[in-house]
Amino acid sequence: MIAIIDYKAGNLTSVVKALTYLNAPEITVTQDPDLVRKAAKIVLPGVGHFQATQLLADSGLTEAVRESVARGTWFLGVCVGLQWLFEGSTEAAATAGLGHFPGACEHFPASFEGTDLKSPHVGWNSLEEIREDSKLLRGISPGGFVYYTHSWRAPIVQATAAVTNYGGPFTAAVEQYNVMGVQFHPEKSAVVGLKVLQNFVEL
Amino acid sequence: MLTKRIIACLDVRDGRVVKGIQFVDIIDAGDPAELAHRHAAAGADEIVLLDITATHEGRGTLLDTVKRTAAALFVPFTVGGGIRSAEDAAAVFNAGADKVSINSSAIARPELIGEIGASFGAQAVIVAIDARRSTSSKDPVGDAEVYVSGGRKPTGLRVIDWAREAEQRGAGEILLTSMNTDGMRNGFDCELTARVSAAVQIPVIASGGAGSAAHFAEVFSHNEGGGKADAALAASIFHFGVTDSRALKSELQRAGISVRLPC
Repeated sequence: MIAIIDYKAGNLTSVVKALTYLNAPEITVTQDPDLVRKAAKIVLPGVGHFQATQLLADSGLTEAVRESVARGTWFLGVCVGLQWLFEGSTEAAATAGLGHFPGACEHFPASFEGTDLKSPHVGWNSLEEIREDSKLLRGISPGGFVYYTHSWRAPIVQATAAVTNYGGPFTAAVEQYNVMGVQFHPEKSAVVGLKVLQNFVEL
Repeated sequence: MLTKRIIACLDVRDGRVVKGIQFVDIIDAGDPAELAHRHAAAGADEIVLLDITATHEGRGTLLDTVKRTAAALFVPFTVGGGIRSAEDAAAVFNAGADKVSINSSAIARPELIGEIGASFGAQAVIVAIDARRSTSSKDPVGDAEVYVSGGRKPTGLRVIDWAREAEQRGAGEILLTSMNTDGMRNGFDCELTARVSAAVQIPVIASGGAGSAAHFAEVFSHNEGGGKADAALAASIFHFGVTDSRALKSELQRAGISVRLPC
């Protein structure tokens, strides 16, 4: 069973739709920590504010995910779902992330190399420096385009599996054994995005 | 590198795609779901569906159309037209839209921008602005005025002021249509687009006047006279086989504009 965690942050329709389109078996949208503990794979989507992830801690979902990933359950965080894997975000300093990866997410700088940088970062940007051993990005070539919409970004860490450049490089995808995340929206990224989701479904 | 977006727009009335020339003449152009998929396959970066159905009965048809269109569409999908409340927006999101576009209803009640954003995130709220250059001002572009009700009703608001307010209230993007250039296929209103783009931090989508690849290159340009747009929207240019996004993007790439290829 693939558990898609519903933490009342934005719209889950498109993630569910994409996984259904890929014939992913037994998709369950849930807020129940016990169901999450039973899942073979967990997806944490998210469009919205980092603050919304506070509900994960308050409802016991953080602990459920922590236990599951420690047992080797496959985990995919999307957008804010990737950011939550880090220690936190300056978007909501009082809300802790899972802390699976070190560092905190920060807002894009107002300017980069002397020119103004618009934020949010909205649109199609390319994946670069794709790690060859990445299971999630298997079959995707550097330069492949994916769709972003976000104002905060995760730092580059050892587990970074690909970067995207906007005001300098940031973590586009992260992967360490069973724990994975993407800052972009695979469910909105046409063929490249569907390939990422398919890779996850086939794990 | 972040690319410039080409957005295909479907104006839909009673479940069929139509396209007005300067908001008036209507020509039937087909089934929305079929056209949306054709545009996405041909390289459009996003699809916008604007419902121009005036009647209440048409709303059910719209949700059905949105659902059918979204079913196998894996690029960002925006729906606009007749969204007057956070509940209206929620219904459209539940039917499969990623973003909503609000226009007259945001002018009537600007709080709506924040209300939709609070539930679905700022990235999901596009404020659409129809503007016409002033005929009496010394600065006709800077004093361009916002119109509502499909371009029929002047509001007295300056477009730059309203764009800034929309941003402050939490809009994720601005969709700016120049009524002076809309439907003419003589090029976008670069001057107006550049003024609005410089006034806000959020992305500005240029609309109205697309007729050739050169017009897109102009509105994306950050050089003197360029429109500084982050994205550009076109409808009629695509519908009758005039060009498709892939051909358009190849030309833009040759002109030095960064676009998503292959797509």
